[in-house]
Amino acid sequence: MQVLMALLNGLVFGLGLIISGMTDPSKVIGFLDLAGKWDPSLTFVMGGAILVGVFAFRFAATRPRAILGGPMRLPTARHIDRRLILGGLAFGAGWGLAGYCPGPALASLATGGSKPLIFTAAMLAGMAIFEIQDRLSAYRRLRPRRSGAAAALHGAPTLGAEGKIRKTYPHNEIMTPWVRLQSIPGQRNERQ
Amino acid sequence: MLDWAHFTPWSSLAGGLLIGVATAMLLLFNGRIAGISGILGGLLRPMAGGIGWRIAFVLGLLGAPLVYGLAAPLPPVHIDANIASLIVAGLLVGVGTRYGSGCTSGHGVSGLSRLSSRSMVATASFMLAGFVTVFIVRHLIG
Repeated sequence: MQVLMALLNGLVFGLGLIISGMTDPSKVIGFLDLAGKWDPSLTFVMGGAILVGVFAFRFAATRPRAILGGPMRLPTARHIDRRLILGGLAFGAGWGLAGYCPGPALASLATGGSKPLIFTAAMLAGMAIFEIQDRLSAYRRLRPRRSGAAAALHGAPTLGAEGKIRKTYPHNEIMTPWVRLQSIPGQRNERQ
Repeated sequence: MLDWAHFTPWSSLAGGLLIGVATAMLLLFNGRIAGISGILGGLLRPMAGGIGWRIAFVLGLLGAPLVYGLAAPLPPVHIDANIASLIVAGLLVGVGTRYGSGCTSGHGVSGLSRLSSRSMVATASFMLAGFVTVFIVRHLIG
């Protein structure tokens, strides 16, 4: 049921993107072109979506659980950091360069020819680069910095003779670095 | 100066309302945020919970132009960017949305709807970079 509802909402979301004009990159760039002839249509897209969204989030805040079961997963992150701003700036630069953001790119794939395909492939590659980098940096944070007795005293992970990591978070067992990489829970998952 | 020839207040508002309805339904029925980059990025994370609904949502998005096409011809689109620009743009959007934890939907629609100051900063960041990039590409280089 949850899967069917997600499918339906993906479809409605995509239809909204097409009807609103978001799937036309030249229209998006027309909105971002403040110095040229400015097309304010996208403010109406955002305005319409937020108008409904405000009521939905207010209602959701009064409900502990989703209608189809499971918790109401509202974002909990509050901090404003360099990561948030730099990520936003990079995304905005790409958005301005091509006129595509992730939703419209996906909603253009089936019928849009090669250009949305190329953009989406590069976008997925970018997301994969982030995943690898994120997991590597999480791994480095947990990697042993001290050795031997000092590390044992402080409960830090230690490297065994065969180069495998012993007694480390999250499992108390010998794991290869790759297994550890896979087992580290995402640090930045689902934060909006 | 306004571009009256391309200004589409009613269809854009109608599309925006539909996006809002989908966001509201996914939130209330599934308890999930309709953030496209987050949903897509979660598919690249083997430990992320709930792969099924993510795949279903993405399939719905992918199928939208096909369903639209059954009712009416799809609106024409113009893509000015060349292949090299598309690749650079795609990489920036992919890395940037994951690094900044959201895109136009997650921060721009859901985040602003719940008055998150974090999302306001993110939205201001990507809007600013979008304005500057288009200014450079259209008016300084082009």
